[in-house]
Amino acid sequence: MRQFGGMMKFQLPKILGLIVALGLSATASAQMMINGAGATFPYPIYSKWFDEYAKVDPSVRFNYQSIGSGGGQKQILAQTVDFGASDGPMSDDNLAKAPGKILHIPTVAGAVVISYNLDGNPALKLDGETVADIFLGKIKKWNDPKIAASNPGAKLPDKEIVVVHRSDGSGTTFIFTDYLSKISPEWKGKAGNNTSVNWPTGIGGKGNEGVSGQVKQTPGSIGYVELIYAIQNKMPYADVKNAAGQFVKPTIESVTAALETANIPDDFRFSMTNDSGSNAYPIAGATWLLVYEQQKDPAKGKKLVEFLKWALTKGEGMAKDLHYAPLPDAVQQRVLKRIDEIKS
Amino acid sequence: MAASIAVEESSVQARMARPSRFGDKAFEWLTLAMALTVVVLVVLIGWQLWRGSTLAIQKFGFHFLTTSTWDPVAEQFGALPFIYGTLVSSLIALLIAVPLGIATAAYLTELAPLWIRQPLVSLIEMLAAIPSVILGLWGIFVMIPWLRDYPFPFLKRFFGWIPLFSGPIYGPCMFAGGIIIAIMILPIITSVSREILRSVPDLQREAAYALGATRWEATRIAVLSYAKKGLFGAVILGLGRALGETMAVTMVIGNTPQIAASLFKPGYTLASVIANEFTEATTDMYLQALFEVGLVLFGTTILVNLLAQLLLRTIAVKSATRAVQ
Repeated sequence: MRQFGGMMKFQLPKILGLIVALGLSATASAQMMINGAGATFPYPIYSKWFDEYAKVDPSVRFNYQSIGSGGGQKQILAQTVDFGASDGPMSDDNLAKAPGKILHIPTVAGAVVISYNLDGNPALKLDGETVADIFLGKIKKWNDPKIAASNPGAKLPDKEIVVVHRSDGSGTTFIFTDYLSKISPEWKGKAGNNTSVNWPTGIGGKGNEGVSGQVKQTPGSIGYVELIYAIQNKMPYADVKNAAGQFVKPTIESVTAALETANIPDDFRFSMTNDSGSNAYPIAGATWLLVYEQQKDPAKGKKLVEFLKWALTKGEGMAKDLHYAPLPDAVQQRVLKRIDEIKS
Repeated sequence: MAASIAVEESSVQARMARPSRFGDKAFEWLTLAMALTVVVLVVLIGWQLWRGSTLAIQKFGFHFLTTSTWDPVAEQFGALPFIYGTLVSSLIALLIAVPLGIATAAYLTELAPLWIRQPLVSLIEMLAAIPSVILGLWGIFVMIPWLRDYPFPFLKRFFGWIPLFSGPIYGPCMFAGGIIIAIMILPIITSVSREILRSVPDLQREAAYALGATRWEATRIAVLSYAKKGLFGAVILGLGRALGETMAVTMVIGNTPQIAASLFKPGYTLASVIANEFTEATTDMYLQALFEVGLVLFGTTILVNLLAQLLLRTIAVKSATRAVQ
């Protein structure tokens, strides 16, 4: 029974989606249903967009299942959805499996912050090597000279550092390990960059809530969470030294600043960690929608393009309220041009 | 008179033995089909898991079960720490929940005043209704801080010389995982045990009292011993749940694939790693390895259940021979 319960939970969103879909198609058969699936990180803003867009164009409905980036990539490859969503760009291997050309449409970006639990909540400044060494298990105590060097005057206890990381595969981990791999060759060799890695040390917490819960409960702990979780849970988080040598506080502005100077190729598969801009926060990443360049269903394709254009213009304006960093204007223009190339 | 009864009896027998009755046949086929559905389901699940993990099975072979590296980046996968974590956390859970569950059941059926029984039973059943994610959150915010501040340091101080209770205490650990599972399987063990003890005929108890047994002796010899087989079944049901328990365990066990002597160190279970990593696994080999973890969990559950059945049979044979002697 237990196992079945687990399976039911896993299936529940799909079943509910189905029920909703059936219900809607029964009441308004003229309405078009566009299905999507994927990343959980942008889910709050996507559902806000779908809600708002229903007022702009009542003839189309969106059904988005936040089943994770892996599921989003799989489903767009299998063409079981009209669009996918992912917190990391698709690999060349996966793109090669697609029956057609898949476009990456960046939508918004977010910051990953380093949060900690220390008596007196001192404001900490950390540089990349120090963060890497802590998560490699090489820096073991809070009063280590490497931490103290960036934090003159802060009271650092002679206490063991308890590392907390995500145990579930996540875009947050992808961004964080992407950053560490750029900063530290040792990290790149030992752990590398993925949605889940072989952690050299620490305790795994499930989800942002698991990591923030464990950091809050464990004195002397350090972990990484999405910016919004740290804000909502009133957790302290560190300023991080960027590639230009500045200590930068993670904010929506400093993430957008990173997007402005990020080197974004034409296929929009880019990484924005350790960015060179002087105001850029270094641990940040974008999230993408995945769509086929050649749409199968012309009517649906047309509606999808209309929505994407709306999202990249009007939609971007709603990002800040939900603590996402919107794309800078220049990037928006480039993405809009690419959306025009979608054929239906 | 006697002859007529005999005639009637034999005609009843004849009627019952006659196989041509359509209703009986239909009933037999129907129940057989139902029973077969279960078998088919189990076989299909096993087959699907096998099919989903063929690449990983070919690549890692038997090493999948004997190595400890779980590295999604380098695509090196070994499930030993997960197997270990599943077995150890379930064992801890049984060690806590079995005595507690059976003692509670014995109290409820043998000793408790009548007015207290129903409220207590309802409470226990309510425990089963708590969603596991809620239990997990309670584990993070209430249970772990308490365990870390009181019972764990106590154990470490007095039993720290045993490797099981040595090393630093972080909070989330194998021990905490076992305790959460114990809480989750306690209701099922208690409820099933209670039903079994209730089904022990009163004649048993009366016979024991008639021989001058005390209440404890009557409960032990006439009730618990009589119901041994059924109680064992209750434990197996609890074990089945413990092996597959996922969400709450994941939230408190620390999710670190390692095999450590100390119960204060974080661990990981088979079910947890699937729940944690399945949604974001993008490469084929990674997904296949997770499927294989599912296959291993499936196999472990079947194997542990078979072993338990075997154990049960040995116990039954032993006690039967003792009774004869």
